[in-house]
Amino acid sequence: MTDGSDASSVRGLGVWLTSETPSSPLQARCIQIYLGWLGLARNPLAMLGLAIVVALILAAIFAPLIAPYDPIAQDLQRRLLPPGTPGNLLGTDELGRDILSRLLYGARITLYVVALVVVTAPVFGLLIGTVAGYAGGWVDTVLMRFTDVFLAFPRLVLALAFVAALGPGIGNAVLAIALTSWPPYARIARAETLTIRNTDFISAIRLQGASPLRIVVGHVMPLCLSSVIVRVTLDMAGIILTAAGLGFLGLGAQPPLPEWGAMISTGRLYILDQWWVATMPGLAIFTVSLGFNLLGDGLRDALDPRSGR
Amino acid sequence: MPASPETGAAGIALLIAHLDVRFGTGEGAVHAVRDTSFTVRRGESFGLVGESGSGKSTVLRAIAGLARGWTGRIAVDGKDLGPNRTKAFYETVQMVFQDPYGSLHPRHTVDRTLSEPAKIHGIKDIGPRVEALLRDVGLGPEFRFRYPHQLSGGQRQRVAIARALMLEPRILLLDEPTSALDVSVQAEILNLLQRLKREHGLTYILVSHDLAVIAHMCDRLAVMNAGRIVEEMDVEQLRRSEPQHNYTRQLLNASLGYDRETADTLLTFD
Repeated sequence: MTDGSDASSVRGLGVWLTSETPSSPLQARCIQIYLGWLGLARNPLAMLGLAIVVALILAAIFAPLIAPYDPIAQDLQRRLLPPGTPGNLLGTDELGRDILSRLLYGARITLYVVALVVVTAPVFGLLIGTVAGYAGGWVDTVLMRFTDVFLAFPRLVLALAFVAALGPGIGNAVLAIALTSWPPYARIARAETLTIRNTDFISAIRLQGASPLRIVVGHVMPLCLSSVIVRVTLDMAGIILTAAGLGFLGLGAQPPLPEWGAMISTGRLYILDQWWVATMPGLAIFTVSLGFNLLGDGLRDALDPRSGR
Repeated sequence: MPASPETGAAGIALLIAHLDVRFGTGEGAVHAVRDTSFTVRRGESFGLVGESGSGKSTVLRAIAGLARGWTGRIAVDGKDLGPNRTKAFYETVQMVFQDPYGSLHPRHTVDRTLSEPAKIHGIKDIGPRVEALLRDVGLGPEFRFRYPHQLSGGQRQRVAIARALMLEPRILLLDEPTSALDVSVQAEILNLLQRLKREHGLTYILVSHDLAVIAHMCDRLAVMNAGRIVEEMDVEQLRRSEPQHNYTRQLLNASLGYDRETADTLLTFD
């Protein structure tokens, strides 16, 4: 393909994406996504957040290619080297393992935790919240009291109890985090559903004989989705911190896995003389949490019409 | 066998008898509609007029099954309705809502809004039908994949009307279909409704607080106040300004425009 036809196909895509008269459902949806993207792209802080998140994902995918060393290979000759040492850009830890390599592989664990929580807690919360809000009556009461029970558990303490009961490990940590993080999503979804259920467009679809399932899934959920997505993105930082906290307490990922929280925990022993051992993973957690928060703020501005633009 | 006027098999599309609607229970209960009765003949346009809160919209919502807790009789085509509505009912009676900004799902394209009722009722050939209906309500095929926020108020109301017609109903409940629109668009929508009525052989029950709209659209009307029908008349009587009831007279005076003298003489009827 020549450069000329490339350019014209790009221009064609631009026209297709900005058309006032879309000719297929796919095009209509793509235009909406494109417009949302333009709104997000106007916000430099959100783009910074997005860049950090994308960098995290790339680091996790390409860790074996980028990392200079095996993250669990020990070299006691080269232990506790300071950052900037040739060959060990961010220094080495107490067992002579390269900290940069461990951080890159640690991104995989962080992303694994985040991804597992994201595909469980918000989905469950959205389902409970919309069903409770739409059904009302005793269904609402039962589901929301059930939610309250979970909301009443302190997150870290419940996570500790879980891990103590089921044994330490990254899987149990994820389970504990997911079990304690869905109630807020259920609450948000229910609140949104209560404002949606009495609108005329829901009355209209009821008048066309739609089943409650069709209404909840096809009409209520899409409207709750944006506030839940925003909330999830903002919660990411908390999820990462909880996972790191469990790792720090020795209840999350187990050695020699390069989990960031566990790395801080071992670095604590050397914090006065070899500060970098604890600081580097701390910086990684800080940066990634900040990235998710910035992205979440940007998404809220782009997705939530009530943020007043 | 001649149909008795009470069960009204032949000419009567809709019969309402001794309808009461209450919201809530105990001290805070609101008795929105009280002992209301009227009949609508097939092919007729029947108007319900009254001020805000007079219960006229509640009558429509009770017919549609959106307001719960009504007592009395509602019969469509001679068949009495129970508390729950059937698919056959939805294929007979449809409704157009007051606010076109609130009656279309903001995340659904026009195409989806129009095809969904057909999908629910298992109708085939949805695509051509959607395009034909869009043409019917005066919107071109270029509107088919737009979202509501890309449409004006009048265009939205046309989509809402097309949606109501998707199941080919015989009775259309119109809940102030033009009061949220500006005056020039109001006339367009009213003319569209008149044309659709002729072409599809529809029966209209039109709720409005605007006597001019009622006079333009309807054959007969009932005036409601505080949940009761105070007067039923045909539109000729309205045009000649010959109301029997004081409340109707007051409504007529108020519709002539605001002036302080009239405002001072306004009474509360109950």
